[in-house]
Amino acid sequence: MWKNFLKGIIRENPVLVLLLGTCPTLAVTTSVSSAFGMGAAFTAVLLGSNIVIAALRKMIPGQVRIPCYIVIIAGFVTAVEMIMHAFAPDLYEALGVFLSLIVVNCIILGRAEVYASKNRILDSAVDALGMGVGFTLALLAMASIREVFGAGSFLGWEIPFLSKFAVPILVNSPGGFFVFGILIAIVNSITKRKTGRDFGCTGCPSAAVCGANDGSLQKAAQKDQAAGAGKDCDDTAQEGGK
Amino acid sequence: MMRDLIIIIFTAMLVNNYVLVRFLGICPFLGVSKKLHSAVGMGLAVTFVMLLATAATWPIQTYLLTAFRLEYLQTIVFILIIAALVQLVEIILKRHIPALHRSLGIYLPLITTNCAVLGVAKNNISEGYATFIEAMANALGCGLGFLLAMVLFAGVRMRIETAKPPKCFEGMPITLISASIVALAFYGFAGVIDNMFL
Repeated sequence: MWKNFLKGIIRENPVLVLLLGTCPTLAVTTSVSSAFGMGAAFTAVLLGSNIVIAALRKMIPGQVRIPCYIVIIAGFVTAVEMIMHAFAPDLYEALGVFLSLIVVNCIILGRAEVYASKNRILDSAVDALGMGVGFTLALLAMASIREVFGAGSFLGWEIPFLSKFAVPILVNSPGGFFVFGILIAIVNSITKRKTGRDFGCTGCPSAAVCGANDGSLQKAAQKDQAAGAGKDCDDTAQEGGK
Repeated sequence: MMRDLIIIIFTAMLVNNYVLVRFLGICPFLGVSKKLHSAVGMGLAVTFVMLLATAATWPIQTYLLTAFRLEYLQTIVFILIIAALVQLVEIILKRHIPALHRSLGIYLPLITTNCAVLGVAKNNISEGYATFIEAMANALGCGLGFLLAMVLFAGVRMRIETAKPPKCFEGMPITLISASIVALAFYGFAGVIDNMFL
């Protein structure tokens, strides 16, 4: 069980190793407090949806499972949104549209599809907690770098020396891409991961959702290739098909 | 009127570019931008779905959810509408316009759960566009901005393919860092629009 919890934090960290959920990672890490808020909201939604989906896993028919998952997740997101609006309005404003976009976060749908739909409630809850903590820690690491060096403060407290020599570009959009790239490079060199691993439909668990797995995409790509028009799209489709 | 619409389109496209400034739709941006052909296909499909999603969700929000004070259902209703709509359009295209389906159809299922599409639907409401036309103009601008970013970045990535970065930077990190440089270019657009139409 302990191992199950730890895998989400280190070996299968959703952000830094699996490279999922990049949109919120880049967008809300401009300050440590909003990164923490996002991590907490995300963990709450993931825990709730994983428990409910694991409890209902024998009742949900296989063919319509993805819409069912989406409705369950959207329900939890709405609840978290309303709670945050009531009790932490500043945070709600800071997160903006990204709070409700937790619905389409591929980590949550991925855990539902890969783990919660096949395992017991307790295991799914532990898995959700591990993934949620891993996501939060990755966000906090990135937000700390961006806030400390970009704004010269930490959690809103000014740091005496750094605030004079802050690099404002780090809290703007180009800095987000830059810091994330550097962080992944650091993780790569520490874990000595086989490089060349790329970003594509292979790693994305939503491949099952978007229809990449049901073969129609593959067929379409083959047809396309036969027509000699879209030779380049078939690699994405076939990767998704696996 | 016309001037307002043009300002909305250009603001959404350049100043508030969805991918490079607002960080929406990063997955397709990094995943499908390897080749120019697929980048264009994906960009066009996203533009199309954004327009479609806005055309469906704006009236529903205005005449149904707001009118009956059901705003809290927004997230659930929007995601289901977008998912159903995209599937429907894919089936219709496949059956009746196979040529268009061949070029765009492959990408349609991929963007059902794309955060850029849901983001446009939600931002149209939260940014308070007064009329349906304005909301559609915003969706068009966002879609064109996405297409522009995809095409530009596909060009950049062709160069990276042949470059030789340090070992730990290979693959994803070097891609992100070049995305950061492209984003820096778009950062320069801030403030341009206001002065252009004065």
